[in-house]
Amino acid sequence: MEGEAGDFQVTLIKKPKYIDESQCTGCTACVEYCPVKYPDSFNQEISQNKAIHIYFAQAIPLVTYIDDSCLYLKEKKCRICEGICKNQAIDFNQRAEKIEVNVGAVILAPGLEPYDPGLRHDYGYGKFANVVTSLDYERLMCATGPYQGEILRATDHKHPHKIAWIQCVGSRQVIPGGNSYCSAVCCTYAQKQVILTKEHEAEAECTIFHNDIRSYNKDFERFYQRTESLPGVRFIRSYVSIGREIPESKNVTLRYSTTDEGVKEEEFDLVVLSVGLNPPADYVKLANKFGLELNAHGFCKTNPVNPMEATRPGIFVSGAFRGPTDIPEAVFSASAAGSECGELLDYRRGRLTQARIYPPEKDVSQEEPRIGVFVCHCGANIGRIVDVPATVEYALSLPHVVYAQEQLFSCATNSAKEISDMTREKGLNRVVVAACSPRTLEPLFRDTVREAGINQYYLDMANIREHNSWVHSKEKEESTRKAQDLIRMSVARARHLEPLQEFDLPVNKAALVVGGGLAGMTAALSLANQGHEVYLVEKEPELGGMARKMYFTLEGLDVQKYVHDLVQRIYRHPLVHVRTGAVITETGGYVGNFVTQVNSGGRIAEIRHGATLLATGAEEYRPTEYLYGEDDRVVTNLELEEQIAREEERLVDARSLVMIQCVGCRNEERNYCSRVCCSHTLKNALNLKKLNPQLDIYILFRDMRTYGYYEDYYREAAGKEVRFIRYEPADRPQVEAAVEEGRDVLRVSVTDPILGKKLEIDADVIALAAAVIPSAGSEEATRLFKVNANPDGFFKEAHVKLRPVDFVADGIYLCGLAHYPKFITETLSQAYAAAGRALTLLSHDTVVASGAVCEVDERKCIGCGACVSACSYGAVELRETRLGKKAVVNPVLCKGDGLCNAKCPTGAISLKHYTDEEIFSQIDAALTDVRRSGAARQ
Amino acid sequence: MCSGRVDLAFVFRAFLKGTDGVFIGGCRLNECNYDTHGNYHALNMVLLAKKIMEHIGLNPARLRVEFMSSGDGIRFAEVMSEFGRKIKELGPLGQGEGIDEETVKSKLMEVAKLVPYIKRVKKDKLASRLNNPEQYDDFFTRDEIDRLFREVTSYYIDPAKCQACMICARRCPAEAIISVKNQVHVIDQEKCIKCGTCFEVCPERFGAVREIFGAEVPPPPPEGERTLSRKKSAR
Repeated sequence: MEGEAGDFQVTLIKKPKYIDESQCTGCTACVEYCPVKYPDSFNQEISQNKAIHIYFAQAIPLVTYIDDSCLYLKEKKCRICEGICKNQAIDFNQRAEKIEVNVGAVILAPGLEPYDPGLRHDYGYGKFANVVTSLDYERLMCATGPYQGEILRATDHKHPHKIAWIQCVGSRQVIPGGNSYCSAVCCTYAQKQVILTKEHEAEAECTIFHNDIRSYNKDFERFYQRTESLPGVRFIRSYVSIGREIPESKNVTLRYSTTDEGVKEEEFDLVVLSVGLNPPADYVKLANKFGLELNAHGFCKTNPVNPMEATRPGIFVSGAFRGPTDIPEAVFSASAAGSECGELLDYRRGRLTQARIYPPEKDVSQEEPRIGVFVCHCGANIGRIVDVPATVEYALSLPHVVYAQEQLFSCATNSAKEISDMTREKGLNRVVVAACSPRTLEPLFRDTVREAGINQYYLDMANIREHNSWVHSKEKEESTRKAQDLIRMSVARARHLEPLQEFDLPVNKAALVVGGGLAGMTAALSLANQGHEVYLVEKEPELGGMARKMYFTLEGLDVQKYVHDLVQRIYRHPLVHVRTGAVITETGGYVGNFVTQVNSGGRIAEIRHGATLLATGAEEYRPTEYLYGEDDRVVTNLELEEQIAREEERLVDARSLVMIQCVGCRNEERNYCSRVCCSHTLKNALNLKKLNPQLDIYILFRDMRTYGYYEDYYREAAGKEVRFIRYEPADRPQVEAAVEEGRDVLRVSVTDPILGKKLEIDADVIALAAAVIPSAGSEEATRLFKVNANPDGFFKEAHVKLRPVDFVADGIYLCGLAHYPKFITETLSQAYAAAGRALTLLSHDTVVASGAVCEVDERKCIGCGACVSACSYGAVELRETRLGKKAVVNPVLCKGDGLCNAKCPTGAISLKHYTDEEIFSQIDAALTDVRRSGAARQ
Repeated sequence: MCSGRVDLAFVFRAFLKGTDGVFIGGCRLNECNYDTHGNYHALNMVLLAKKIMEHIGLNPARLRVEFMSSGDGIRFAEVMSEFGRKIKELGPLGQGEGIDEETVKSKLMEVAKLVPYIKRVKKDKLASRLNNPEQYDDFFTRDEIDRLFREVTSYYIDPAKCQACMICARRCPAEAIISVKNQVHVIDQEKCIKCGTCFEVCPERFGAVREIFGAEVPPPPPEGERTLSRKKSAR
């Protein structure tokens, strides 16, 4: 790679697949006939695959490739696949291809490498067959895994009954070959594996040997409780060593110790090593190629206040190359990197796009149905089970079918064109494609129908592959009959199909950002830097939010200075309009077209905006525990931080300080972990040690949840003689004021589980790690914007893993602490992500609303409101008319689930494209086959 | 389209067309990607339909709902094979229950006709969320369903009170009211879906529409004798 930000020359080498991707339809007939078997790397080499294969079941594109184990590539023999492929997709003449691209920015998302426990021999991996890694186990559990979802042991192919997980394998270790950091994801993935194991076999006995349980992420505390409460599940806090393999059973023994019972040795059928995350393979080479710096752990060095930015301008990183990362964060770092590229390259946005032009749509709604049926062989997938020619014949016998033909692969470019051509030539006004699942190819065939000049909703697909040939491969005759049944149903429905219009809604290019903390300001700037007007609304008289109360981060950022600079940048930006001391009084509208009333100091403004970002932040819990509020020597973490920044005398002179963790959360009332407190506590402890090296610091904790790189600070604090004492929630520390040798102290009593006795610590100051709690502003936003919150009051995203910054409602996005407690760096990357997601909407002039939405026949509506309560999107409302209350659908908000339709007593509201009439016709057709009932009577 | 779109009417239509079993598949409960949790609606509908089947003498095991994800291929196959076996065991619809084909048909037709009424009466229960499987069986009780059918509401226009104002006819969603100017209106009981709109909209001062619970509706006046005698009612 050469060049600079805005103008990089990148040379790529594309390895040969020996497959013409434009011809391969993924039918996998070649895979079946390929004679070469070799260990399947996707399935951790537990099972075998062929030399020609699809990498994995959900691969995109879903085409085959040939790897080095191919007989022809090795010895110029075989070529069976060439003969099998009916589409001539095999091409042994392919050579590696050099591709030059000119780009303005580069996003690196090379992922991670699981830690290899075979490198060190302390876990018996590679030596004992029944010791597997968590990734091996993941594949064993998977339906597309080596044994089709059966968990089997390598040695006897039996279901293991007694399984142990060992946590922190390769993580939190400073010995050679280990990683000092915490891999951040293993605690929860191991719990997931336990839950799934119990689903596979309810009687399974699962034991997790762990250090701290780091359930620091959203809803993870509940997930942990759910796992722990399953019968036959044990969580044991202990270091573990591998014992021996029992020769007869090949079971493996583990040695561990508990405070109650001392050292024990126990036998397990299978041992799973919860391996950590390493930087991607060849990370040094990768860094050199792109001219990047790496951090001490081998991950990419990034800017703490712009965590997608690598050390070279124009290069951004997302995902686990930035450090151990779980899925939601990987996903939002990806959206964030997108927004960063947008900022850099906005001036040339849209230059490479081309508009698709379709022929004008013919109105055929008044014509008699003329249905065409296209039956796909899918190579051998359908063709060798279903008698396709007979099925074509059958289709021709159905009412309104005027044309039918077979196709080798309906999805191939030439076949799709054939469908368009025949539709025009034969004057078809409905098309039925009998092939695979509409989930994969319906968009393609809708496009095909549109190319033929008829409405795209005049298409129906009969799934004769997944629903038929694939599952009935041994019953050819029945399978043929079922294909015919499915086609008859499709034809029946096709008769009733109606042309539907998708409509373009204009998009207002402005955005509203609610909340002027770090998240809101960062998102606002990113949007404004891409040419969008932004209205930033803050309820306080000043911008800055929670960050105003913070002074340092563990990485050494001067928070006050950063906030000050950011506020300056906001006020200087010509496209950002700030409203402080503002209250939102009303909001309405829908994606691309929202209207919000803002009252700032008595001035009411009406803001029109296409997207809404909610960054309403969080607050610090005000404790009622441990004499807080009664004795001013008891402070919260944020208060302590401020006192440290001011170098208060009380701290400089103090002899002893106790920090108590988990105050106000991880309890019944707030059943979640506030994520940031453990590291905040360490930050204060380390800064206190700088301020007053003689100070005795005690940290009373339940689990130290210093995930990722924060683990290094935990170790640093321990090295500086900060003392850590673990307490149980049932036996919380007690605090009372006392006088000891004339000195006023706060006496803390706590049970030390290692010493096994009660300790009394006399402290001058007590710091409480007070929970992060949702802000009052978030609660109000939930009500105003009709968005959801989880049981703890944090915003509920559309999908925890895959859409972590979207709300279910289109056009509304979220970021920052209102989503869940998080560190500044994480908040900033989520803010860029929310901007990036909003940009995917705002960068378009229009949004397309689906045609398959609900509509109301007012004549039939009795205004009972059953539909209104069935709708989760607020898409239906009752309006007063001359003839009483009538339901009205806002088609823009409707997602087409049809719940209202099933509730309506009079059939007034109906889901278009899935109307009662269409579905009744399918039911009737399924159960009435004139030809067959005739046969049955004989 | 969500599993909650599966209409009570679809289930009875299928049985009416002679199927021996109906299977409804939905996503796993509590794992809705759209936050609508419509699969709970499907569950409610099935619980209701099963009780109705019991009420008319059909074996409720002929209707089954299961919730699974795309990753549950093996389970799906097992469930379907098991359900297929079960249905074979039960035999053809009606025969297994010892009811003749005609009776089954007429009973199913009666239910199909009452679907709008059932949906209206049970609308809150149909949209609720049952978190505990132990609640399933008693969510709709046999007594409740017996009463539902025993007390089927019918609507009748009292010829002595009707003023032929046409309000009910204009508001009837099923176009079931025969309304001719200056003639007392008549509800076509065949078309009536028992939504009660006519009862609600008939002006209070006339009060001509009557609700009749579980009893025969009196016959309407013969066609020649419907002319309104205004004088009588004006006073």
